[in-house]
Amino acid sequence: MSPRTPVPRPKPSGAALPDEIFAGFAGAPMQARNVPGPLTEERARAVLATVPDPEIPSVMLPDLGVIRGVEVAGDAVTVRMSPTYTGCPATDLMQMMIREQLGAAGFARVKVDLVLSPPWSSDDITAEGRRKMAAAGIAPPAHRATDKRHLTGTAPDVSCPHCGSADTVMTSAFGATACKALWRCNACQEPFDYFKCI
Amino acid sequence: MEQAASNKATPMNASADHNDALFRYLLRLGDTSHILCHRLGEWCGHGPIMEEDIALTNVALDLIGQARLFYQYAAEVEGKGRTEDDLAFLRPERDFNNLLLVEQPNGDYAKTMARQFLFDAWNLLLFRALEQSTDARIAEIAAKAVKEITYHRRHSSGWVIRMGDGTEESRTRIVAAFEQLMGFTAEFFHMDDVDRQMAEAGIGPDLETLRAPWMADVEAVLAEATLDWPSATWSVLGGRHEGRHTEHLGYLLAEMQSMQRQYPGLNW
Repeated sequence: MSPRTPVPRPKPSGAALPDEIFAGFAGAPMQARNVPGPLTEERARAVLATVPDPEIPSVMLPDLGVIRGVEVAGDAVTVRMSPTYTGCPATDLMQMMIREQLGAAGFARVKVDLVLSPPWSSDDITAEGRRKMAAAGIAPPAHRATDKRHLTGTAPDVSCPHCGSADTVMTSAFGATACKALWRCNACQEPFDYFKCI
Repeated sequence: MEQAASNKATPMNASADHNDALFRYLLRLGDTSHILCHRLGEWCGHGPIMEEDIALTNVALDLIGQARLFYQYAAEVEGKGRTEDDLAFLRPERDFNNLLLVEQPNGDYAKTMARQFLFDAWNLLLFRALEQSTDARIAEIAAKAVKEITYHRRHSSGWVIRMGDGTEESRTRIVAAFEQLMGFTAEFFHMDDVDRQMAEAGIGPDLETLRAPWMADVEAVLAEATLDWPSATWSVLGGRHEGRHTEHLGYLLAEMQSMQRQYPGLNW
């Protein structure tokens, strides 16, 4: 019996899937954290920059705009974090990962405080976060949460993350996670996730 | 902390009364979100189309998040060592203070959406008012939740319009749904001593002030859906203030609480 030829994973037309979308999965980057060094805020922030959003693993927590503050006192560190949605199940996981990674980096005591105010907004996602989202096939929020179209419910102009076409249509206001909606591109026919604007 | 703030003009039991009222007010908010969350969760795997199955569980997720924040705060205010889980899973039916509307069975999709829209329209007004609360914790929970509720209202109002201005079948169903449910909305605006005490302290709004904007919103959506205001004139009160419920809540709680009742202290 000849060994089966592995079937390459189909890729959406026109879409490049860079390796970075797999960053954050087990075995990927993150080794830097074990390098010994002084326990500074800079170091804590560098560690946080390797902790991925569990639901969009190529986007790191600082990219998502959920880190509100980092305070280091001796070997203790306190991270202030804002949940994206009140019921987002990833919030608990994010806290756990922060504790794990900062603990592994040498901080003896790691505290994660949840802060609600001011509420997190999709406007808090950094330019880098938006770029990584688009690279992962997720259309980033098309406009700012303060845009009046958000109040009127008028559909935003969302570009297809695969082919770039603006000829797109929302198929469902809700998606696979609390933070996303389902869209489809009329040009390349591919469905895609859109990161909701709130 | 409360005692330190009291002086001779305000006897110690005044702050105790205030805390008790705040505790009950928070339970009302938490229970309403929690019970509606459970009802929407019952649609999981049964939605008419996949997108709606996903939509309802997403809305339910926001509601459980909001319920948890209120239960956590309520548990702290009570200060008797109870946790959010104790409040959710170990209180009997008569101690639940959710709105009667949200415990009503799902029925068909028209009934679920009519229930959701009537609630979302009111809840959005309520939370916008709570954003101004003198209680910083409630204000910040509300500021966060308003964004989510705005999204819920847009979804449910869209379905009311689509079903009302849809086929004869969808129209018949949504009309029947509003007739069955409108009588439960009287509870949105009814005040008791706890509500008045919270309003006086600037913690919550005078619920009566929400009536006109709520009616305007519902009327506008009904008009776009080519529907008339329901003709039913009956109304009923009792859930949010007194824990007197329709026959449906007991069954819901029996299912929701069964694990904690059978295996006390069970943990994931």
